[in-house]
Amino acid sequence: MVPEATDAAAVHPPASPPVTAITGDEVIRCIGLTKQFPGRGGAPSVMAVDHLDLAVRRGEIFGLLGPNGAGKTTTVGMLTTRVIPTSGQALVGDIDVVAEPALAKQLIGVVPQVNTLDRSLTVFENLYFHGRYFGMGAKASRAAANELLERFKLADRAKADTLTLSGGMAQRVMVARAILHRPAILFLDEPTAGLDPQSRIALWEVVQDLHAQGQTILLTTHYMEEADQLCDRVAIMDHGKILALDTAEGLKASIGADTEIGLQADGDLDALARVLESGDTVTRTQVTGDVLRAYLRGSARGALPRLIARADDAGYSITDVSVTEPTLETVFISLTGKELRE
Amino acid sequence: MTTAAITTDLATTTQPAASVQWSAFGSLLLRDALVVWKTKWAFLLRTIMQPLLFVFVFGYVFPKIGQGIGGRAGAAQFSTLLGPGLIAVAIIFQGIQSVALPMVQEFGYTREIEDRVMAPVPVWAVGAEKIVSGALQSVFAALVVLPFVYLVPSTPVHFSFNWPVIVTLVPLSCLLAGALGLTVGTRVEPRQVPLIFSVLVLPMTMLGAAYYPWTKLGAIPWLKWAVLVNPLVYMCEGMRMGMTNIPHMNGFAIYGAIIGFTLALTWIGIDGFRKRVLT
Repeated sequence: MVPEATDAAAVHPPASPPVTAITGDEVIRCIGLTKQFPGRGGAPSVMAVDHLDLAVRRGEIFGLLGPNGAGKTTTVGMLTTRVIPTSGQALVGDIDVVAEPALAKQLIGVVPQVNTLDRSLTVFENLYFHGRYFGMGAKASRAAANELLERFKLADRAKADTLTLSGGMAQRVMVARAILHRPAILFLDEPTAGLDPQSRIALWEVVQDLHAQGQTILLTTHYMEEADQLCDRVAIMDHGKILALDTAEGLKASIGADTEIGLQADGDLDALARVLESGDTVTRTQVTGDVLRAYLRGSARGALPRLIARADDAGYSITDVSVTEPTLETVFISLTGKELRE
Repeated sequence: MTTAAITTDLATTTQPAASVQWSAFGSLLLRDALVVWKTKWAFLLRTIMQPLLFVFVFGYVFPKIGQGIGGRAGAAQFSTLLGPGLIAVAIIFQGIQSVALPMVQEFGYTREIEDRVMAPVPVWAVGAEKIVSGALQSVFAALVVLPFVYLVPSTPVHFSFNWPVIVTLVPLSCLLAGALGLTVGTRVEPRQVPLIFSVLVLPMTMLGAAYYPWTKLGAIPWLKWAVLVNPLVYMCEGMRMGMTNIPHMNGFAIYGAIIGFTLALTWIGIDGFRKRVLT
């Protein structure tokens, strides 16, 4: 069963999303996928992934966006055979990953969050042996390794010790390694976490390039820019559940506003929010921490002075103002009442 | 690179599972072989040093300075009984060195075993490969140590090889060593590594009938029975059975215990491996 979020579902998380039929074009399917970790030392058990329904279509970049601890990595863990679900089903292609993990592993390539390059081997050998593990012959594996090193601009590091690589390079080697056996699906778990901005953009280019060639990709991220820039569809996840699922544009449109004005002011922001909403300019407001976000139709031009004047009249002195378009962060805040970074 | 190289298609990636799995298993072994080859000098040093020093001090220096163990006649026999013991120690030590220590690292810090775990084989097979790889390295260790225990002692060494015993017991002992390595490697945290030596390796070797025949422990009955929990006892006695005419433990007991320990440690080791890999 596939959740397909409508605007209404996106804005009101408790409403269960309508479902559509599974077609042959879907290469990942989760049906009621659940993982509950037992509590340690008397702690209550943790519901990491909670009856997740999900379908990823062939050739798309699908993003799981959510804060740390949302259940993204556990979901990827279950789909990549490493985490055994408590209940539910996960299918890669037509293969049940729990029943036939060895077969499922043939279809997937995985780039985990941490550097898992084989320290005993060179960069080239990491790629070469990966091919061999997947049943490629010596010649084919060598050719594929060389090709990918060339393509990922790593040819000059072929003989390098993996410990000498920078974070961005190591990440590129891991992506190259993961796609060497031509997996049907590539999993990228927080692919740019900890990378400098330049390496991040370089990796985005690699991912976009793979996408252009038809590679199906499931990536997890807690960077809303990453989900926005790269993904065809984004599922917003929190507390083990998908709260909304749509294209980035669709998710942002679900906010029903064209402009987001962030205000900081002295005094009770909730009361100020009520003041601003009472006018006809602001469609809705949201207070998180010391920021009040007001959403408007149309541009801030004209509206902003009116808002400030209104706040002024009500006895608030505005200390900071920011004007942006709604982002996926806005969507996340509107769904959960908290920020992604929290 | 052409775009064709990474075009993905479910149909082309699904190969007959069995052939892929055997090929993957072989490639995992090949990877370990390459790593041993790259570190061959370290491999030789760690394999040779302990037995060489032992045989040099006790088999060469002691008799030369008139401090031979067990008097003049005993000293001659000591070199003969020490040889099989040191080979057995080299085998078990290699299991810890080549399987347990890297695995503690890989599970504890580097997570670098991840890629091998994601190879298209069942998780138990990746653990089993480690046992086989450790066993092969143990065979090499035994071969490397053999000339030293024969040539270094200053008193005559009398080996008489019983080949049927050797060709069966050496591989079995080596598998036992690999399985012990996997068991230890999957259950020890990195900060506990020094303890492996003081709590496991040292008592195992000192109380493993390596430096004395188990049959002579009749003089200390409680010790004679207590050391039977130590698999090294059977390996040393088995080596003595295969290489010398020195009285040894009953052959059936040796085979039975070695096979039993190998099976039990293989099960515990692979179970530990699965638990570390899967959550």
